[in-house]
Amino acid sequence: MTKVIFALAVLAIMGAIFGAILAFAAKVFAVEKDPREEAIAECLPGANCGGCGFPGCAGYAAAVVAGTAPVNACAAGGEAVSVKIAEIMGVAAGETVKQLAVVHCTGCGIDFSKYNYQGVTDCLAASRLPGGGPLACDFGCLGMGTCEKVCPFDAIHVVNGVAVVDEDKCKACSKCVDACPRHLIALEPYKTKKHVTIPCSSHAKGPVVTKVCTNGCIGCSLCAKACPKEAITMDNFLAKIDYDKCIGCGICAQKCPRGLITVDGVVPEKKPVPPKPAAPAAPKAEVPAEAPKAAEAPAAPAAEEAPKATEEALKAFEKAVADAGEAIKAEESAPAVSGEEAPKAE
Amino acid sequence: MDFKELFTIAMGAILINNFIFSQFLGICPFMGVSKSTDTASGMGLAVTFVMGLASAVCWPINHFILEPNGLVFMQTIVYILVIASLVQFIEMFLQKSMPSLYTALGVYLPLITTNCAVLGVVLQNTQNGYGFVSSVVYGVTGGIGFLLAIYLFAAVREKLEFSECPKAFEGFPLALVTAGLLALSFMGFSGLKIFG
Repeated sequence: MTKVIFALAVLAIMGAIFGAILAFAAKVFAVEKDPREEAIAECLPGANCGGCGFPGCAGYAAAVVAGTAPVNACAAGGEAVSVKIAEIMGVAAGETVKQLAVVHCTGCGIDFSKYNYQGVTDCLAASRLPGGGPLACDFGCLGMGTCEKVCPFDAIHVVNGVAVVDEDKCKACSKCVDACPRHLIALEPYKTKKHVTIPCSSHAKGPVVTKVCTNGCIGCSLCAKACPKEAITMDNFLAKIDYDKCIGCGICAQKCPRGLITVDGVVPEKKPVPPKPAAPAAPKAEVPAEAPKAAEAPAAPAAEEAPKATEEALKAFEKAVADAGEAIKAEESAPAVSGEEAPKAE
Repeated sequence: MDFKELFTIAMGAILINNFIFSQFLGICPFMGVSKSTDTASGMGLAVTFVMGLASAVCWPINHFILEPNGLVFMQTIVYILVIASLVQFIEMFLQKSMPSLYTALGVYLPLITTNCAVLGVVLQNTQNGYGFVSSVVYGVTGGIGFLLAIYLFAAVREKLEFSECPKAFEGFPLALVTAGLLALSFMGFSGLKIFG
């Protein structure tokens, strides 16, 4: 019996000693942490995706408290989180421009292959092979799901041989952008009401593209010529949209002979061609109708004024188109502009 | 306490009596955190660290407190108490003085609190009647054996991720089969005799 009590006593004393040491250590080794840091870490999504450029959510929280990171850098959390963080830090949040990952390949070249691939189902492995993988198109999606594996939000999937982004789930963390060995995925800002995309990455010349794909960009530059804001430029036989200029009008999608350019993710139905010239003719007819009246008042050099008047009318029409574009942009330009300015102010 | 004896203990702990593959201690973290070589090496290092320290701390407690008072039967519970408080203490100490190491070991340190490999190493130290130096060597090399095993296993599992296998074998079943095969290969060391 004494042995049991003795054993209990020894154990109790040891426990008490260790407890005292730990209590003492907790005081001595206490690390002072800014309570704001924990508060911020709590409202972050906690996926540690690294989209903000800091090592994990805790790293970002520490950087915000240290003042080296903006409060709206969390792409995954979006505006809701940045507002919360701003509240904790006591600063204005600024607006975040919504971004999404976009795969620049439609997968229409999936039926054209150079050889039968039977290796590891991984784009990185396949792209190291001679010819850069089994796909005939050197710029197409290999469809082996390397992006799918790295996505922390389950937002990108290979569907029918091509990677497709789930817009509801994508948080623009750019993990897939870094993972794609063919660099097909890029983040695009969704500023305009309708988002126009050229989902192709092929820098090959037209005849080559037509052999390996049913709708790849052939570099005809029709879209670049049609664009009212000169937002599309040709980069080595590939049309590219400058999203600072794009107003989302979708005229380029109408012009594309390959049916490649998408508006809000779908290729728009082509308006029948003949009525098209007629439609712009209507405002043209209205404007000159007034112009000659003004010209007729002086009456004398009407014959000379006539061509000038049409020129003016043409200009007026162009201006009208531009204004319409501005109007579309104006609807959401206010948040977009302040969002741009916020990081600059840093 | 010659070099020969220590070397024998070290090789025994790393290869011949590897904690995972021949003693089946510490299987839980071995299966749990071996999905990538990064986390596996982090866990392995943390275990090595704690095993060495636990051996060093438990030896004097056994030698000066338990044995003289005839309380050897309380070994297990005392060791659990010692290890748990030791890990807590190390965690606090690292957080203050070595934040980089603390973040590197991260969540693995608290996980080790109840790791059976750590308890196993201190119990075996007592059973084998090791002295202080031998105990520490056995602890550290046992941890290195754990590190070797978990790193090898994680490397294999990383490759397996890309392989096509029957649906029923995906994930843990295949990992268990792999662990079995690795253990079989470590059986090859069991007949090894060091220094005749």
